[in-house]
Amino acid sequence: MSMHRSHILICSGSNCSHRQSRAVRSRLRQAITETGLEREFKVIETGCFGLCQQGPIMVIYPEGVHYCRVQADDIDEIVQTHLQKGRVVTRLLFKSGTEQSVELPKTAFYQKQKRVVLRNVGLIDPENIEESLARDGYQGLAKVLDTLSPEAVIAEVTNSGLQGRGGAGFPAGRKWEFTRKAPGDQKYVVCNADEGEPGTSKDRLILEGDPHTIIEGMAIAGYAVGATKGFIYIRGEYQLSLQRFRQAVAQAKEYGLLGQDILGSGFHFDIEVRSGAGAYVCGEETALLNSLEGKRGEPRYKPPFPANFGLWGKPTLINNVETLANIGPILIHGADWYRSIGSPECPGTKVFTLSGNIANRGLIEVPMGITLREIVEDIGGGIPNGRHFKMAQTGGTSGGCLAVQHLDLPVDIPHLAEVGSSLGSGALLVVDDSHCMVDLARVFLKFFAHESCGQCTPCREGTTLLKRLVDKIASGSGTAADIKAMRRLSTTMQMTSLCGLGQTVPTPVLTMLAYFNDEFMEHLDGGACATGVCRAAVKGVV
Amino acid sequence: MGQSMKSMQELEAIRERARKAMQVRQNQEGGPVISVAMGTCGIAKGARDVMMALVDEAAKRGLDSVVVTQSGCAGYCEHEPMIKVQLPHQDAVYYGSLDERKARDVVARHLVQGEIANDYVLQLPGGEPLA
Amino acid sequence: MREWVRQTVEQFGRDRHQLLEILGHLQRGRSYLEKETLLAVAEELDLPAAEVYGTATFYSLYSTVPRGKHIIRVCENAPCHIDGAAAVLAAVQAYLGLQVNETTEDGRFTLETTSCLGICSAAPALMIDDDVHGNLTPESAVGILKNLA
Repeated sequence: MSMHRSHILICSGSNCSHRQSRAVRSRLRQAITETGLEREFKVIETGCFGLCQQGPIMVIYPEGVHYCRVQADDIDEIVQTHLQKGRVVTRLLFKSGTEQSVELPKTAFYQKQKRVVLRNVGLIDPENIEESLARDGYQGLAKVLDTLSPEAVIAEVTNSGLQGRGGAGFPAGRKWEFTRKAPGDQKYVVCNADEGEPGTSKDRLILEGDPHTIIEGMAIAGYAVGATKGFIYIRGEYQLSLQRFRQAVAQAKEYGLLGQDILGSGFHFDIEVRSGAGAYVCGEETALLNSLEGKRGEPRYKPPFPANFGLWGKPTLINNVETLANIGPILIHGADWYRSIGSPECPGTKVFTLSGNIANRGLIEVPMGITLREIVEDIGGGIPNGRHFKMAQTGGTSGGCLAVQHLDLPVDIPHLAEVGSSLGSGALLVVDDSHCMVDLARVFLKFFAHESCGQCTPCREGTTLLKRLVDKIASGSGTAADIKAMRRLSTTMQMTSLCGLGQTVPTPVLTMLAYFNDEFMEHLDGGACATGVCRAAVKGVV
Repeated sequence: MGQSMKSMQELEAIRERARKAMQVRQNQEGGPVISVAMGTCGIAKGARDVMMALVDEAAKRGLDSVVVTQSGCAGYCEHEPMIKVQLPHQDAVYYGSLDERKARDVVARHLVQGEIANDYVLQLPGGEPLA
Repeated sequence: MREWVRQTVEQFGRDRHQLLEILGHLQRGRSYLEKETLLAVAEELDLPAAEVYGTATFYSLYSTVPRGKHIIRVCENAPCHIDGAAAVLAAVQAYLGLQVNETTEDGRFTLETTSCLGICSAAPALMIDDDVHGNLTPESAVGILKNLA
């Protein structure tokens, strides 16, 4: 095996790909060949480093120097100055305010993060299973198969306090237990990778950056609940995730980590990769099951729950990508270790996609219970362009809209529930004071009116009616009765919608009405939109 | 290099092999660091061959925690190729006028046996060792 | 066409649960699924035609009407919206002379809107066929379209 004295990591995640990272990578390989440095330098294409705003990012080890916004034209200078002479190209280092850093892990952006789920993302080559193995990939599975009974695995997951990371936050261990105890010979494990929540790309970046951790999590889940077959349903738009995951499954089979008699334990497990076809509602677990069966992705009535009546009516465990990414580390390090991270009532970490009016947009992982302010100001780098913080929406478009008085709120499942929001899928949209909440409500409701599958009346009609009411308010012709109607409709939808989609549409609506009530009031009875956004937007539409 | 594993021992063996290949990327804070001066002068006098010899010798001897890195010209072009060996909690030692053979010797004596290879230590004009 | 559908069905398995994969495969490299194709799939899988049609029309990645050579999908979700997606969409509409869900007369472009493309760090974004473009301004979006073959 050849040893290279230096490894050059470059992001090949899809958030960097659109920034010409492909051209950067090919130019780098070419330059290294031209200068005859192939024996010394190994180029590795990794997953996302998280600081997507600064991409494409390149890291040179062993020095650990991080370069940001690298373009193909920068390659010659990097090769001549850094690779050949060992000098840092300072103009490409990360700068944030007055902070300039050689190593990104030493910046505020990384210092407040805690990487469990993303431990390998941006460090390993996701297309090479051995790099995963080097970083303890499949060690959790090996330990489970070697030393633990299925019941003991479930007990460990239960004791860890891990809650589902897909949106609903249901305790993972209990879900596993229900599936284990459900009668039936044939059971299934399904990984929900139909990530469609606006503002969220964490699952995609995990799948692209460390697919083996998901395979491992699914196999452990299969062993625990008594399933020999798993499916992963990946959003159809995520072509790179689909390709990387298929490749990872093939490698795991080749290495004997999937298939018959895994590691000589007598346990069999296989995974089939399926592609979605463009439907937000399929992120809802029962809609996803229908879609896997080749049908329209319409949600089913619950109960019966999938743990008893899932795929083709068999007991089925459905977990989100991020939930499964926690399983390997929990089994390796134990429930107590996991509980030592995060807050007592909500252990562990959470991966967020930071978007909107914030300096460091990208992918982050923080301990549960960190305050919103720490995320926005320290990790996110604050609000750019001299504007001020106005609103943060947690949990994606179906999450709640929080205001400046919530900045010191601990971010975890129970604390967000207290203020009427949710952790959801981990989108965090930050909005500055140049934007109008009524206008944003129009955007949210347009999305829901389009994505409602139309099966149940409260959601089908409710989303459209809410959209009309908000349009009316934005146009200046709304009245206090319209606000009242929005509240009433929202409550009805929460109580009577068939699935999580219709039940959570009211979350942004009601939190906006609660925390930005004055702004809605200003728009009524011919009143003006203080930011001027609504008048312009409505004129554009009419 | 795929191989279907059938036991925990095989998994362990592959993990060890894979770890070595990735060692360069692990956080080496606090471990031994050899930095090679790679200015134009150093490269012209063979610094690159010295560096490759250091990497190769460290790998052969299983010194996984040693980081071989590079720096710019230190200003003593006369004595290139030169390197700095920094062991944890010790003063850095500078070696000069190296070649491949001497570089391998430095690894064997300084890093393995823990003795400074005095005959290659860089001498300042006054006879003082550079520190 | 019939033979091609049969081969595809055999490749994925004559099984209802493969319907999405089969439809996806049949549409690849084409702009839409023709009526005859859907009828042939229904026959091969022994399903009512309405089931196949109902499934195909449920998902936004399938189309049952002809579309242009290039499909332009502009994201208009919140993270793109606050970074000026509306102006980008307006510029694209003006350049192509299209409303959303229309196709140019020469059959080159179809304009659609899309839900989040997941590159919110580079909002506003749009997707042309399989390629995502981010950090757009109205001018740069039109510039990308002008460079399309």
